[in-house]
Amino acid sequence: MIDSPARYQEPDTIRRLLTTASTVAIVGLSANVLRPSNFVGFYLQRHGYRVVPVNPREKEILGEVSYPSLSAIPFPVDIVDVFRAPDAVPGIAHEAVEIGAGALWLQFGVINPEGAVIAEAGGLDVVMDRCMKVEHARFLGRMHWLGFNTGRVTARRQSAV
Amino acid sequence: MSGDNAGIREFGFDTRAVHAGQRPDPYTGARAVPIFQTTSYVFEDPESAAAYFNLQEYGNTYSRIMNPTVATFEERIASLEGAVGGVAFASGLAAQAAALFTMLESGDHVVASSALYGGSVTQLKHVLRKLGVALTFVDPDRMEEWEGAIRPDTKLLFGETIGNPGGNVLDIEAVAALAHRHGMPLMVDNTFATPYLCRPIDWGADIVVHSATKFLGGHGTSIGGVVVEAGKFDWSNGRFPVVADPSPAYHGLAFHETFGMYGYLMKLRAESLRDLGGAMSPFNAFLFLLGVETLSLRMDRHVRNAVEVARFLSDHPGVERVRYAGLPDSPYAPLAAKYLPRGAGAVFAFDVHGGRRAGTTLIQSLDVWSHLANVGDAKSLIIHPASTTHRQLTDDELAAAGIGPGTIRLSVGIEDAGDLIWDLRRGLERVTAQTPEEVTA
Ligand SMILES: Cc1ncc(COP(=O)(O)O)c(C=O)c1O
Repeated sequence: MIDSPARYQEPDTIRRLLTTASTVAIVGLSANVLRPSNFVGFYLQRHGYRVVPVNPREKEILGEVSYPSLSAIPFPVDIVDVFRAPDAVPGIAHEAVEIGAGALWLQFGVINPEGAVIAEAGGLDVVMDRCMKVEHARFLGRMHWLGFNTGRVTARRQSAV
Repeated sequence: MSGDNAGIREFGFDTRAVHAGQRPDPYTGARAVPIFQTTSYVFEDPESAAAYFNLQEYGNTYSRIMNPTVATFEERIASLEGAVGGVAFASGLAAQAAALFTMLESGDHVVASSALYGGSVTQLKHVLRKLGVALTFVDPDRMEEWEGAIRPDTKLLFGETIGNPGGNVLDIEAVAALAHRHGMPLMVDNTFATPYLCRPIDWGADIVVHSATKFLGGHGTSIGGVVVEAGKFDWSNGRFPVVADPSPAYHGLAFHETFGMYGYLMKLRAESLRDLGGAMSPFNAFLFLLGVETLSLRMDRHVRNAVEVARFLSDHPGVERVRYAGLPDSPYAPLAAKYLPRGAGAVFAFDVHGGRRAGTTLIQSLDVWSHLANVGDAKSLIIHPASTTHRQLTDDELAAAGIGPGTIRLSVGIEDAGDLIWDLRRGLERVTAQTPEEVTA
């Protein structure tokens, strides 16, 4: 079903994106340390991603230059992570295709099937209604340390994180 | 990638009962769950410490708030209940108190089933009232009572999957729908069913609480409790500023907005557990995990024995009535068929002819059944509620909870059913042999 977010929540895609991406542009990243987007940006930085703020109202967020739009970023972007109202997604998706981003990642509640179709047609992977921090913490991080259900079952010994 | 299989396969209940929440220890390879008997954790650097305390990163700080052994237990129960996460506590009542405290504030109102565990009745009635939360108890079998008790300030409906000791089975789907129509969550105490017999979240419940002391642990060794949440309730619907608004106890953090479906549990841990205490000990978590590994095996046997014992009692002339939802003539049989298809648990009550004196005689005549105040042990347990667990309740409250002077409560263990029945038969013969003077004395 094209309009269901579940279609854009493939664990294989999510895991591949998390393990291969290095540059993440966060559209709608807030400078306020109490906002969810700031939590996610902070977390991703801690885990080695280069976070690129996209917010026309700010000069610098989390120690990185903030750009007014995706097209203003002068280097390649692996993932475009979106913290905006759902109706802004088609425009962002067009821009993400134009700059040659690898994936469009729509955060919790950012549900817009039209934008997803635009990004997919442009060759991007799409994740919808999922938090990048939570998915990282589930597959690669330490979400289980706080008793959250990661859905993982494993008898293999892993390297220490 | 090793073991990154989340979402790729829906692992079965028994696989999750043995594995969920645990990854073999990365440092030692230890296969059993290590007991992290430590109060605190060395920080990598000051930035990491700050990130942990700010909840910007998942990290260990202090074992009142989190501990890796306890976290394994929390994730395991969350997995078995179909929840997004869990927070464990030092007891079932501590878990319940914290679950309530996290979402309620003075001026709120709660509607609860009158057929709750006696300790829960006391907690709701006296502790919550002291905090300015009003309460209405309703007959859980009557939907119109639930509905009629709801007021504009009602914030929660609360019941038990299987009531104690009346054996009432809660119509979870209907009560959950009612709660949601009124913009509030349903909280269910699933202690007697365990997630093996019923998963309330599958039927719409939002918060599930357990006394792990009982069947989850299963061996009568440890006191503990756990709260899990479905992650579906909209705490930002305007009725729960105590969960949704920026928290003065956490430098202005708005838990539901920041953590979404994990917000309630984050607040439960980072505030309620931190501030009220009542953390589960790592050693107890280890014992609970051992118990949970065999949950389905034990529950199948508990249920099978319970059915045999209940049948024996209902055929016995010395028994007035048996209240077990697992019997076909129980008024709860249709609800049990819907919510408890694998069995209606192993705790039920019956009434002996001859009232209080007959009850005491029976209890004193037994060799295999232990007379004590607990349920959910591998051993068979027996008690007389009116003089023990429900002793603080008034006669009216006792009647509302369905308890008479001759009511005996059983928690059927996993011994040989034939031996359990042999013991009860001898005890009932003793009762019958009593002279009328002895009976009325
Ligand atoms: C149904 C039920 N809920 C809660 C509790 C309280 O649990 P705990 O004794 O672990 O505090 C009990 C204990 O008897 C119980 O039977």
